[in-house]
Amino acid sequence: MSFMALVARDMRLATRAGGGAFLALAFFAMTATLVPLGIGAELRLLSAVAAGIVWVCAVLAALLSLDRLFQADFEDGSLDVLALGPLPLESIAAAKIAAHWLVTGLPLTIVSPMIALLFSLPGRGYSALAAALAIGTPAVSAIGAIGASLTISIRRGGLILPFIVMPLLAPIVIFGAGAVRAAIDGLASGALLFLAATSLAAVLLSPFAAAAGLRLNLGA
Amino acid sequence: MGAIAALDVQGIALVRGDRLVLRDLDFHVTAGETLAIGGPNGAGKTSVLRALAGFLQSRCGSIVLRMADGAVISEAEERRLYIGWLGHQDGVKSPLTPLEHLQSHARFYQCKDDIDDALSRTGLGHLRDLPVQYLSAGQRRRLALARLILGARPLWLLDEPFSALDQEGKAIVRQLAESHCATGGMLIAATHEPFGLRGATIELS
Repeated sequence: MSFMALVARDMRLATRAGGGAFLALAFFAMTATLVPLGIGAELRLLSAVAAGIVWVCAVLAALLSLDRLFQADFEDGSLDVLALGPLPLESIAAAKIAAHWLVTGLPLTIVSPMIALLFSLPGRGYSALAAALAIGTPAVSAIGAIGASLTISIRRGGLILPFIVMPLLAPIVIFGAGAVRAAIDGLASGALLFLAATSLAAVLLSPFAAAAGLRLNLGA
Repeated sequence: MGAIAALDVQGIALVRGDRLVLRDLDFHVTAGETLAIGGPNGAGKTSVLRALAGFLQSRCGSIVLRMADGAVISEAEERRLYIGWLGHQDGVKSPLTPLEHLQSHARFYQCKDDIDDALSRTGLGHLRDLPVQYLSAGQRRRLALARLILGARPLWLLDEPFSALDQEGKAIVRQLAESHCATGGMLIAATHEPFGLRGATIELS
């Protein structure tokens, strides 16, 4: 009940004017559209890099809004009020991760086949790409939340956040793009399973790490 | 949630950054009373409130909340559920209207959702559907007060509750404080202005 109320609040704030919901989507569409323009109409080349480019753009787009995940609430005093509510900080972090994924990861996953079309991704790759993004993007929000919790008290924390989370996001991108390539080549690969395992671990453990980061900053 | 009886604070010492803000602080408040914490800027008024809320850890001493049924709560994790918080920042979201803000708060806190009552008691009834970004600083403060009433928590921690408020707003704070204490609540405020209610004042130096 409290959990859903917090998810609903964050989604409402993200979709109102000034919220970051469509920012990630717009950024994703924009960068992914510019890449083929830069590379040129080399269909073979484009389809070879499609999975990797879509994944990189998706991760960068999600990172764009992650630095405000807790910072906005920290700066205006809302985090204090939330922290005194019925939910422990771990659940608060989990709710905010869920809301972030619903307004960034999920829309990115939904539009990704259209973006992949620009890269003339081979037919077998589409379902793998959508599946990989659906499985992997929750981990991007979750891992990003760890960095976001550590940088809430730093102005321009958005500059430091990528340095903290990039190494942790590397396996997601490697397995995510790998799963798509394997599907295109018709190879049996465990990439999707590895992605699922990594993502599951990230989603389960990140709320605890993020809560520790929040606790540290609330007591500073 | 049971009724509270008293709050005992003994020998706490608070550190912020690398600076010892205060040490050997003791006080005792019983239900129905107010405690005003005074002192110059930087004396540690906000730090005391943050320690009571459990955000700041004291390096020593104890903070114990005694319940009317004799139970003793000494863990901050448990104490937080009794605390109504009015920080020096209002913690209200610009894109939401006062009505939406309070509805969302009531759902999150799982408290009574008598929102119209909270809005009318703080004099915000006519602004319920106007986004907070168009409200003045004093009106935002009133909204934070409305949220405080809605939570119905027995131990109120108020940080400069009168800031940005006009005379009518200040009267509302006193009125809310009075009815809160009359119903067995407890109130601790960091403030320069006296509440004019029964209770003690401690001066930090």
